[in-house]
Amino acid sequence: MINVLKIKKDFPIFENNPSLVYLDSTATSLKPRPVIEKLVEYYSKYSVNIFRGVYSLSEKATEEYEKTREKIAKFINGKKEEIIFTRNTTESLNLLAYSLGRKIIEKNDEIVTTIMEHHSNFVPWQILAQESGAVFKVININQSGDLDLYCKNIKNQKSKCKMIMQNSKLINLNNIITKKTKILTLTYISNVLGTVNQIKEIAAAAKKINPKIIVIVDAAQAAPHKKIDVLDLGVDFLAFSSHKMLGPTGVGVLWGRYDLLCEMFPFNFGGEMIAEVFLDKTFFKDPPYKFEAGTPAIAEVIALSEAVSYLEKIGLEKIETYEKELVQFAYQRLKEEFGKNIKILGEGNIKERSGILAFNFYNLHPHDVAQILSEKNICLRSGHHCAQPLHQFLGVSSSCRASFYLYNDKDDIEKLVEGLKEVKIKFKL
Amino acid sequence: MSNIYTEIILDHYQHPRNFGEIKNPTKKVEVANPLCGDKIKMMIVFDKEKVTEVKFTGVGCAISIASASMLTEYIKGKTKEQLKKIDKDFIIKMLGVSLGVNRIKCALLSLEALKKLL
Repeated sequence: MINVLKIKKDFPIFENNPSLVYLDSTATSLKPRPVIEKLVEYYSKYSVNIFRGVYSLSEKATEEYEKTREKIAKFINGKKEEIIFTRNTTESLNLLAYSLGRKIIEKNDEIVTTIMEHHSNFVPWQILAQESGAVFKVININQSGDLDLYCKNIKNQKSKCKMIMQNSKLINLNNIITKKTKILTLTYISNVLGTVNQIKEIAAAAKKINPKIIVIVDAAQAAPHKKIDVLDLGVDFLAFSSHKMLGPTGVGVLWGRYDLLCEMFPFNFGGEMIAEVFLDKTFFKDPPYKFEAGTPAIAEVIALSEAVSYLEKIGLEKIETYEKELVQFAYQRLKEEFGKNIKILGEGNIKERSGILAFNFYNLHPHDVAQILSEKNICLRSGHHCAQPLHQFLGVSSSCRASFYLYNDKDDIEKLVEGLKEVKIKFKL
Repeated sequence: MSNIYTEIILDHYQHPRNFGEIKNPTKKVEVANPLCGDKIKMMIVFDKEKVTEVKFTGVGCAISIASASMLTEYIKGKTKEQLKKIDKDFIIKMLGVSLGVNRIKCALLSLEALKKLL
């Protein structure tokens, strides 16, 4: 069991804001004490640059930095040299669109993504397709908020095919993936619907049709909440952010298969990514350093290691189970209190979803809902959550989103219910 | 920032004034706030320098709708020169509430529309 009261004590923000009800961990997570202390440790004990110095402080900093790389590799069952530090998931995905996309995508090739993507896994590929003359295909969702992988339901092909085999667990990517599809990129967990995509099955089905396809996973919402094994998933690249998994801001991770990383273009050029520079040519280092130009977020990378330790100590399986419980409790309570006046996005997958609940309340604008809740110190996201194509598809311009993490409990959900009752009173509904 | 939902703002939100279309406006603009998907269409009729009619339509939060409603009420009968003087501070004063850095954008959407109409 998760002991929330004990966990809350590890997060200094609750000491400073005792009445805080934080329901926006999908945007960013709060930080536990060991992470904050590690940042201070670097800055107060060995705050020097990595790689460059032969003096012992620089060696200490480099050692700590590389320890995180090893830790992250173990965390997702990858190899150390396959872990690249970026600024965030957005940069990891842009790096791929640039360094991989521009290497392999040609005119009339296909890039496939889904309508439930965050803009950061949508726009880079859309632009790449526009620039290269490739076909950009978008997989729709069905009524319940799951990916529609059972028929030729590609949005810009306007197929009239009915949803066949909807109830079957057999994934059929015929007509979605073809021999011309070079990249399939999709999210592990939707940041709006909470849908958990069956990455392993989808990747296997895609590779069966086209063994050369590159499968990319946006794991920004998965890494903090779910045990990930990149080898078991059978994918080629996976990206996530430190700040959503209890770590500092300013650090992202990109994992990629080493042979593919070797073939890719560098991303940024400059310090630390070069092997040798001459007047007329430059040789680059091997991955991962080829992709890490310039001084990185040293303190933040080092402190990310503490976040991983914290998550591992509690156990990701436990966290996942606990969040599922919370989200189902929230769903049940909100429906009990407000019935049809609360509209949950992607309601059909409630039993399987991760700890995310997006909704619209009466016909109120999400900003007004979130504003009144904020007066009660309840933090809730309002807007389109960087997923406009999904909101357009669902026919709403925006929504409220409550998301849960290991420091939330049923009390927080009751406070949300109470807060929403006040919204109702305020707007005389 | 507690209680920005005053009676006046709620009244303008729930019963917006000058809400609708004008058949042959002198000018018509549409503005949007990409953060929240709010959209406001505003149309205006000038008789030489003077506003004789102004209307708006759109979807938005209480603050953006109330702001558009109150602003259109104010600008009727005013001259272009008078309207050019309207700024951020005027809107804040008109609404009579203090808004945070994020919500102020909602309030200023109608001002953006007005500026484009001039």
